[in-house]
Amino acid sequence: MNDRAGPETVVASPRPPTVRPGYAFVLWIALPLFLLGLVATWLAVSDPLRAFNNGAPPVERLTFERRILDNTGIHLRVRAGGSEPITIAQVQVDDAYWTFVQDPPGDLARLATAWIHIPFPWTLGEAHEVRVVTKTGTTFDHEIPVAVRTPEAHSSQLVPQAVLGAFVGIVPVAIGLMFYPVLRGVGAQGMSFLLALTIGLLAFLFVDSLEDALELAGEAAVAFQGHVMVVLAAIISFLLLWVIGRRRGTPTGLGLATAIAIGIGLHNLGEGLAIGAAFTAGAAGLGTFLVLGFTLHNITEGVGIAAPLVKEPPPLSAFVWLALLAGAPAILGMWFGSLAYSPQWAALALAVGAGAILQVIVEVGVYLWRLDDRWKSGAVPVSVFGGLVAGLSLMYATAVLVKV
Amino acid sequence: MRNWLRETVNRRHLLWGSLATASGFLIGGAAATGQSSHAERGSAPPYDANGAGHHGAHGHMITVGDVGNARNGFDPTSLLTDWNTGVVSSLPDGRTLRTFEIIGEDKEIEIAPGILFPAWTYNGRVPGPSLRVTEGDRVRIIFQNNGSHRHSIHFHGIHSARMDGIPGAGEIGPGEEFIYEFDALPFGCHLYHCHALPLKRHIHKGMYGAFIIDPDPARHPEQADVARSRLLGTPENREWQEFVMVMNGFDTNFDGENEVYAVNTVAHHYAKHPITVIRGRPVRIYLINVVEFDPINSLHLHGNFFDYYDHGTTLTPTLRTIDTVMQCQAQRGILEFTYRAHETGLYMFHAHQAEFTELGWMGMFDVVEAAA
Ligand SMILES: [Cu+2]
Repeated sequence: MNDRAGPETVVASPRPPTVRPGYAFVLWIALPLFLLGLVATWLAVSDPLRAFNNGAPPVERLTFERRILDNTGIHLRVRAGGSEPITIAQVQVDDAYWTFVQDPPGDLARLATAWIHIPFPWTLGEAHEVRVVTKTGTTFDHEIPVAVRTPEAHSSQLVPQAVLGAFVGIVPVAIGLMFYPVLRGVGAQGMSFLLALTIGLLAFLFVDSLEDALELAGEAAVAFQGHVMVVLAAIISFLLLWVIGRRRGTPTGLGLATAIAIGIGLHNLGEGLAIGAAFTAGAAGLGTFLVLGFTLHNITEGVGIAAPLVKEPPPLSAFVWLALLAGAPAILGMWFGSLAYSPQWAALALAVGAGAILQVIVEVGVYLWRLDDRWKSGAVPVSVFGGLVAGLSLMYATAVLVKV
Repeated sequence: MRNWLRETVNRRHLLWGSLATASGFLIGGAAATGQSSHAERGSAPPYDANGAGHHGAHGHMITVGDVGNARNGFDPTSLLTDWNTGVVSSLPDGRTLRTFEIIGEDKEIEIAPGILFPAWTYNGRVPGPSLRVTEGDRVRIIFQNNGSHRHSIHFHGIHSARMDGIPGAGEIGPGEEFIYEFDALPFGCHLYHCHALPLKRHIHKGMYGAFIIDPDPARHPEQADVARSRLLGTPENREWQEFVMVMNGFDTNFDGENEVYAVNTVAHHYAKHPITVIRGRPVRIYLINVVEFDPINSLHLHGNFFDYYDHGTTLTPTLRTIDTVMQCQAQRGILEFTYRAHETGLYMFHAHQAEFTELGWMGMFDVVEAAA
C-alpha cells in the first residue's frame, strides 16, 4: 500500500525554478562548443585516421554534366567527386589521344567543375566516345550516341522555346480546364468520381516525378548524394506546402485548385528542365508525335485542377491564372534547361514537384473524405474507386502514347 | 516521362524526328525545336576546327604536354642508344665474361604527359637496360630484387633449365639475390623479362628489356663483313646508326586493355622529339614487341622500305624490301634501311594498327645532312 502517501511519507516537492543568470546560459552553450572544437583539433593534429590508411589511392570520380558539339569540336563540362582533387592528364576521343584545353586549368577540387574543349572533327549522326584519363590512369567515359550540332543558347531561341513550352505546358491545362462547364453538371456522385480521378492522376504524376528525379540524381556527381537529396527535397516541399496551405484551414474550392496547380506547375518545371536539356544535348527529333502525346497526357492535369471548383465557381480570370500557374513553369524549365542544365538541378526541381503533388493528394483526399458521408459506414464508394482507377488508367494510357 | 527523352536520343528517332520536322507537321514550325533543318546542315559542315590551328604532323590527335624525363630518371631519346655492355673480364680459358648488375624495384613512372603508372622496373627504367654482348661471351647477371613482389629474369637465348628465370629456377623474393649465368647464344635481337606469376601483370608492369647478342665475325668467316657491321665498337659498326625500340603498352585502369601504347614507354615521345638520322648513313633498328593484351604489334615506315632479319639470328635478310613488319608478342627482329636517296625532313614511323598509333605508338625520323 505504498502507492498512497501516508502521513509519514514525505512527498518531494519539485524544486522551484531558479532564475539562471545570463552568463550561465552562455556557458552552457559555449562549453559543448568548446569541447567540439577541442575534439576537432585533436582529430586534425593527431590524425587517428592515419592508422586506417592502407596506401590505397584516393577514389576518383568524374561526372559529365553538359555537352556541346559545335564547329570547333566537342565541349564537355565535368564535375569532380571523390575524396581528393582530380588531375585530368589526357583526353581520348574514339580511342585516340586528342589535344584539349581545360578551363579553368589545374587540379579539380571536390565538386569543382571545368570545361574540356576538344578540337575533334565529329561526324554528324554517328556515335563518339570521349574518355578522360586522370593522373592515376583512371578513365571516365562519356558516350555521344548521336552527334548533332548543339543548338546554341541564343536569345533568338527563347521565343521558340517558349512556344513549345506553352504547347506542352499551358495549352493542355487550359484545354482540361475547358471541361469545367461539363463538370458543373455532375451530381454528388460525379463530384466524388472527379476528385478521385484527380487523386489518381496526381498519384501517377507523383510516382513519375519521383522516379525521374531519382534517375536524374543517379546521373549527378556522387558527392551530391542525389537520392538522399531527392527524398529530402520532396519531404521538405511537402511539409512546407502543407503548412502554407493550412494557414486558413483545410483548403477548398479555389484554394485547393491553386494548390493543385502549384503542384502540377512544379512538376512541369522539372519536365521543362529535362526537355530543355534534351534540346541542348542535341535531341533534335523530339518529334510531332511525342509533343502531341505529351500534350494529350497533360490535358488530364487541367481536369484535376477544375474539379474542386465545381461547387464554388470562381471568377473567369481565375482560370487564366490557374492555367498559367500549372503550365507556365514548363516554359521557365525549358529556358533554364537549355541555358544551364545540370542533372542535380533537374532532379531537385522534380523532387520538389513530387513533394508538392503529394501534399495536393492529401488535401484532395481530405476534401473527398468530408464530401461523402458514405465513408462513415465503412464502405468505399464505387464512384471514388472508379475515379481512382480511371485517373490512373488515363495517365497510363496517355503515357503509353509518348513511350516509344 | 524522362524515358522518352532518352529514347529520342538515338539514331532512329533522330531521323524520324527530322522527317517530321521537315514535313512541317510540328506545331510552331521547325524553329520551335531550335534546330536547323537537315538540308541546311548538309550544306554547312558540322565541324571546321581542322581548318584552323592545324599544327604538327599529327594535328590535334596527340597527347597534351610533355613528360618529365628528370622525374622518370630516363629519357626515351637516350634509351635508343644507351647500350649496357657490362663489366668485362677474362675467364681462365680466355673467353670474355660480362657481368651485369640489375636491381628490381617498384617505381612510379610517367608514361604519357601527366599519366603516372605504378611500374615494376629493372634498374628504375622501362624498358630495362639494353644489354649488349658478343656471341660466345659468358654472361653473368646479378639480380637483386628490391621490389615488393617476387621477380625473375627470363632471358630469351640458349641456357640451362636452372637459369631459366621461372618459378623454381631463378624466381626470387623481395630482398633476395640470384645470379644467372650462361653463354651468349645464338646471336640476334633478343629480350629478357620477368617470368614471375601472374605473367601478364609482371610483364605489362614494365619488367622487360632488350638483350642483343652481336655476331662474332670469327665464327662467320663467309659473312665476316656483315657480322663486323653488327659488332658493337668495330669501325664498320660505327658507320651504322643503331637504335633499340621496345614496343610496349600500359593498362592504366585495369580493364585488360592498354590506355597508352608507345615505343620505349613514353607515348608520342618521338613524335614530339624526332629521332635525328644522318641522311648518308645506314639505319639499323633492333625492334622488340612486348605489348601486353594485344596479340600483335607492328612497325610501318613512311616513305621508305627496309630489309628485315627475323629474330636477328641470320646475317642475310629473312624479308627484303618491306615497309611494314608484324610481330607477335615477344617476337623481334632487326630492320635495316637508309635515307641516302631521300630528301631531308620528317619521316613518320608507327604501328600500323591505327588504334595503337592514335594511342601513342607513333614517332618521326628527322633526316638531316651530316654536319660539315
Ligand atoms: Cu616480376
